[in-house]
Amino acid sequence: MNIDPIHHRTRRHFFEKCGIGLGSIALSDLLARDGYAASADADRASDPLAPRRSHHGAKAKNVIFMFMAGGPSHLELFEDKPRLREFHKQPPPESLVEGKRFAFLGKDAKLLGSTRQFDTYGESRMQLSELFPHHRKIVDEVCWLRGMKTDVFNHGPAKLFMNTGFQVPGRPSLGSWVTYGIGSESRDLPGFVVLQSGPRGPRAGNALWSAGFLPSSYQGVPFRGSGDPILNLTSPEGIGRKGQRDFVDLVGTLNRERLGVTGDPEIATRINAYEMAYRMQSSAPELMDLGDESQATLDLYGATPGGSSYANNCLLARRLVERGVRFVQLYHTDWDHHGGPGQTLGKDLEKVCREVDQASAALVLDLKQRGLLEDTIVVWGGEFGRTPMGETRNEKVGGRDHHIDAFTMWAAGGGLKAGVTHGRTDDFGYEVVEGAVHVHDLHATILHQLGFDHEKLIFRFQGRDFRLTDVHGRVVSEVLA
Amino acid sequence: MVWFMFRLHPALLVVLVPLGIQAADEPLDFNRDIRPILSDKCFQCHGPDEETREAGLRLDHRESATEEGAVVPGHVDNSELVARILAEDPDDVMPPPRVKKPVTPGEAELLRRWIAEGAAYGEHWSFEPVAAIDPPAVKNADRVKNGIDRFVLASLEEDGIAPSPEADPHTLARRLSLDLVGLLPAPARATRFAEEFEEDPDAAVAALADELLASKHYGERWGRHWLDQARYADSNGYSIDGERTMWPFRDWVIRAINDDLPFDRFTIEQIAGDLLPEATRAQQVASGFNRNTLINQEGGTDDEQFRNEEVVDRVNTTGAVWLGLTLGCAQCHTHKFDPISQREYFELFAFFNQGEDVNNVGPTVEVSEGELFLADPDPEKQAALERAQAELAAVEKSKAKRQAAWERSLLSEAKDEGPGASWKRKKPATLKAEGGAPLEVLDDSSILAGQGAPNETYRVTLPPSKQPVAAIRLKLLPDESLPKNGPGRAGNGNIVLTRVEFFRGDSGDGEAILVSRAEHDHAQPGFSAAFTIDGDPDTGWAINVGKGTPAGTKMNAEHEARYVFAEPIAADGEPVEIVLRHEKNANYNIGRFALETSETAPPSVTEEQLLAKLRIPAKERDAEDKKFLAAEFAKVDVEKRAAEAKVAAARRALGIGDSARTMVMRDRDDPRETFVHLRGDFLNHDTETGPLRPGVPAVLPELPESAQKKERPDRLDLARWLVRPDHPLTPRVTVNRVWMRYFENGIVATENDFGTQGAFPTHPALLDWLARDFVENGWSMKRLHRLIVTSATYRQASLARPDLDKTDPLNRRLARQSRIRVEAEIVRDAALSASGLLNPEIGGPGVMPPQPDGVYAFTQRKVNWVDAEGPDRYRRALYTKFFRSAPYPLLTTFDSPDFQSVCTVRVRSNTPLQSLILANDDAMFELAQGLGARLMRDVEGTDSAANRERIRRAFALCFSRPPTEEEVEAVAAFQERRAAGFRADSEGAGKVAPETWPEKTFDPATAASWTAVARALMNTDEFITRE
Repeated sequence: MNIDPIHHRTRRHFFEKCGIGLGSIALSDLLARDGYAASADADRASDPLAPRRSHHGAKAKNVIFMFMAGGPSHLELFEDKPRLREFHKQPPPESLVEGKRFAFLGKDAKLLGSTRQFDTYGESRMQLSELFPHHRKIVDEVCWLRGMKTDVFNHGPAKLFMNTGFQVPGRPSLGSWVTYGIGSESRDLPGFVVLQSGPRGPRAGNALWSAGFLPSSYQGVPFRGSGDPILNLTSPEGIGRKGQRDFVDLVGTLNRERLGVTGDPEIATRINAYEMAYRMQSSAPELMDLGDESQATLDLYGATPGGSSYANNCLLARRLVERGVRFVQLYHTDWDHHGGPGQTLGKDLEKVCREVDQASAALVLDLKQRGLLEDTIVVWGGEFGRTPMGETRNEKVGGRDHHIDAFTMWAAGGGLKAGVTHGRTDDFGYEVVEGAVHVHDLHATILHQLGFDHEKLIFRFQGRDFRLTDVHGRVVSEVLA
Repeated sequence: MVWFMFRLHPALLVVLVPLGIQAADEPLDFNRDIRPILSDKCFQCHGPDEETREAGLRLDHRESATEEGAVVPGHVDNSELVARILAEDPDDVMPPPRVKKPVTPGEAELLRRWIAEGAAYGEHWSFEPVAAIDPPAVKNADRVKNGIDRFVLASLEEDGIAPSPEADPHTLARRLSLDLVGLLPAPARATRFAEEFEEDPDAAVAALADELLASKHYGERWGRHWLDQARYADSNGYSIDGERTMWPFRDWVIRAINDDLPFDRFTIEQIAGDLLPEATRAQQVASGFNRNTLINQEGGTDDEQFRNEEVVDRVNTTGAVWLGLTLGCAQCHTHKFDPISQREYFELFAFFNQGEDVNNVGPTVEVSEGELFLADPDPEKQAALERAQAELAAVEKSKAKRQAAWERSLLSEAKDEGPGASWKRKKPATLKAEGGAPLEVLDDSSILAGQGAPNETYRVTLPPSKQPVAAIRLKLLPDESLPKNGPGRAGNGNIVLTRVEFFRGDSGDGEAILVSRAEHDHAQPGFSAAFTIDGDPDTGWAINVGKGTPAGTKMNAEHEARYVFAEPIAADGEPVEIVLRHEKNANYNIGRFALETSETAPPSVTEEQLLAKLRIPAKERDAEDKKFLAAEFAKVDVEKRAAEAKVAAARRALGIGDSARTMVMRDRDDPRETFVHLRGDFLNHDTETGPLRPGVPAVLPELPESAQKKERPDRLDLARWLVRPDHPLTPRVTVNRVWMRYFENGIVATENDFGTQGAFPTHPALLDWLARDFVENGWSMKRLHRLIVTSATYRQASLARPDLDKTDPLNRRLARQSRIRVEAEIVRDAALSASGLLNPEIGGPGVMPPQPDGVYAFTQRKVNWVDAEGPDRYRRALYTKFFRSAPYPLLTTFDSPDFQSVCTVRVRSNTPLQSLILANDDAMFELAQGLGARLMRDVEGTDSAANRERIRRAFALCFSRPPTEEEVEAVAAFQERRAAGFRADSEGAGKVAPETWPEKTFDPATAASWTAVARALMNTDEFITRE
């Protein structure tokens, strides 16, 4: 789907403006070339978020990405490594660390065995530690990716990489690519929504949900947990609902007058935008109000109406998807367990696990019981894993450094195999020995399930064709149902 | 004749040919018709990149293509290329199915024709020298204002397309103003223009264009376009995103553009200002162009990695801005489409690989606010500043010596001196408040002040004393009559006392008594009593509690400041006049105070501690001791304070303000070796190819001879090369970008790709004519602007042309102007100009206009964003501080880039979030209130006729045109409905009405309704569109 950026810049949509004869032929040719069928709703210009079809039959419609910012330790949560305990406090074999670079680890770092209790659960015999009791309920619903790999070991660049496929800022994020490709079903909420919990925002900020060089219609819209969920959602004080309606009507009238004079279809888009903004003023607060959820649902997630938490955000994610929002991304920060104050693998890790365990599992269960899971890809994970070697901060070994060569993520729904463990790491959880899934492969697979050929979802910018997966990416067919 | 359609969109080509629309008699042009197909479909494997070249075949060179038999000129059926693209066997067909770029039947037909016609090749057009072309003749010569029109019209006439009529003068006035200065025209100026236009359109347009080009706001408008390319921002980027000082670079750009600094010099100073012989400070600041790169301050980063990222960014930015080439493609491998090898990429890299900065602040220079705008600084004042600075430097140099002397004197005094001060309260002889505050002497000789001017000055005289006076103590006393019991008159009982002065005698003009030190028992952080004797009216003593205040200290209690004289006043001498000034905060005057004298100097609060430290032999003092003593000395260092005051005075005389250090480029003394980075990995040096000599791509002209002789050409050589008068790319790329701002599209639509994958120019001859004119006339930007905006092509109406919808939907033929939504900054600037609140000040540090709460709910770093009060609240959006990780929401919502890297063109979107900002944002609403108030001030009366007049005024302010009757009626009806609504909701009316308005004429409900009107007009598409 390589549509010349000039069209976006000028906003004069090629399809629309070319009229029937020439235009429709050009359109069908373009679409055929891109593997699209001609569709009447393909008009990106007057309604950039209109739903559109993707390249091939889609297995999923929506995505919820639970981003665990900081890098959760696969060695404390998902992978029991008895050998690591056996070699506790011993230097790692030279062959493992030769030529490797780490963010903070010194040359003298020693292996660190986990003190966590593990057991295996469900038919998938997936290992889980004591830190994730609620995850036991979903072991057979999700696909475990134990062979994740990434390229970069600093938080900002690694988060950018996981979100945009590039480690420098300025590229479109996964959610932007998806809404650029297939729009959104929601008529009164943005197509790509971002929610955040934890003590601070994720590093790299807006660049993580940026539309990059795509039109800003496809940028992620942060919803805040308190106050106005969207910036400037509330009319100025004293205007009132009636005054706002009257205002939108007058603006519409004046815009239509000008449309009549100039004949510029861009004004029609502007009129639509004001109507949608007006609808958002009531639909967004209604979305955020959890008061109409049953007590059972609230208890399932551990959510509290009126509050602001990861649990609330998980419940909001379901409500967003229910309302047709295409891509929801949750960020929960504080997974950076180096061992310093507030960053220990002890009580600090336990705290963040308590914050996310129940609601993450609840979201999968709730989507399933409502029949939404089959249409929705749910992804859980951080920007990288953590080293088998312990990190020394404050003269105590209580943490681990960033690790890019192996970590665990999980995904559920959306036509992915359920209850499968894909990928295996070595005895120390250091390298992937089987079933490696690189970040680009994860992206390719998510796009594939949404009906895209990741090599064809492209946008020409500064003379070059860009795609989410750069020149890489392989659909992980092993995990497709 | 439809070949324009090919230029329009490659996809159209695909469809046109099978339909037979392609005119068979139109000769093929390799660059226009064939190269795009080969480039897109073949070059990836049969192009410049040796690494990925298949079967040793390259199709970008005629020799290679014909040698291998792929192309047999004149023999379509013998040409393997044709056989392969038409092959049905998936193993034979080209391109192979896996690359998913099949050649369409239309493309195949073109290739066949091309081979049949002899398979002529041509060098890619943009690498060819700029041609000398005279504007063509046209039939309708009356339409021609200058050469531009001849090119455009000739092409239209060829196809019998009529250009659009000239836009009406209202539209033109607003168009010119928005395009050249980014502000709305004042209604009176627009009216005058319309009148002059009636008389003589050409003269009127020329006069307005000249006036706008001479405006200092022109540099802001066009500087902003340049700053996009310079990726200018006020923070370091990445996750930490700390604030940085780069505004001097921004100011340099504004000044250079206002001065019409020739573009070649403009280029040289930015790429290599630091390397110019005897580089001025301004030239060094200009080199900050390449310091706008990101700095990653995250813990655990490898600085060398991010230094390399910065160098890569500098190379790519240079490529994009000057060459219009996607050099970045060649970072990891030889360019697939353009003749730029990976080695050549790193030869360019070598120019930029010598910076001293390594993912850090690096080299800086000191720049004062306003300095870069000084026209011709008075040499005498300049010399005075330099003298004052030299004196200050000398004083600073002698600090150790002076501190040692001070230490000795303190020690000797401590031996001689007996007990400390004994304070005696004095009853004032005379009392006066300049602002009229009543001053009452109470029984205890203290003074109680009543309400006076907001910034009062108290003058108190004490009678001559029988004893010598070594010090005076100012006591602040609580009083029940004061807010929170005082001692100040501020709402919380605080004061800000900015200056305290002592004079001999009671005449009011006596000799000043020198104070050697001022001390307090307690001060608010940042408001020490020492600030009352520094002569600066912007600093002072205050007594609120804050961070670092010892527990138990209260603001609303007795406090004191002690002033120790350099020389005691002799016994039975003269009276002493004391002047207490409150110049900073309104109504922060002292409420109750008393004055006491002592014949001996009081020991300072820290004196005991000080003496203890002093008694430690110098050699045994630890770091903390030394720091303490240095800090104590700084407090009493009168000489240094005097020198600083002189520097400040000299600055004020010159018209410049505070200074800051801004980042500049500087090269290392020992050059780094540069290697090819294999696969773009900075750790993976290609040592086989060896260290590289800085150089430029072979396909472009060579470096100047002088540079070739050098052992190691530097950035200055590169800069001079970029602006060689015969450079094929720089002038074309530059004029094309200017053109694009006026017509929405460039003559080359891919303004950032002049390579083989880019678009062919719609008007190639016009592009070359403009480029040549530009260079031959001294690279003058103003000349180029004037040429464009006075052309008939520019002056056309932008109304839709349904007759061209099918043949020229994107308006590439320029048979009309375009309606263009203004850039993010201009959205705010237009609202500022309509509201009348605009503060037109130029330059200086960034400002923080109001922004909604919650901007930082999602960022790791929270910026301490304090909404500006006063004039800084209404500065142009260009001056809004830009934090890359969490930019000002209005800017990014209206498609401002986040300046992570070079931005040569902005996208334009049209979204509901934009509607929410325009409609509901507090900052925008405040400007609507401003416009509402302005309408009520400008037009008197509340009857129907007055209301309609006011609506016409609003249209003049917002759209520079009179409204239609329908528009007047729609707005009038709305105003009446809203006024009625607000009458029923007086609370709402109070919130919506402007802060001030002519209250005698308009009741609050009516006032609120005019805000509502203003808000609606500012939310129309027309308001934010240049028509």
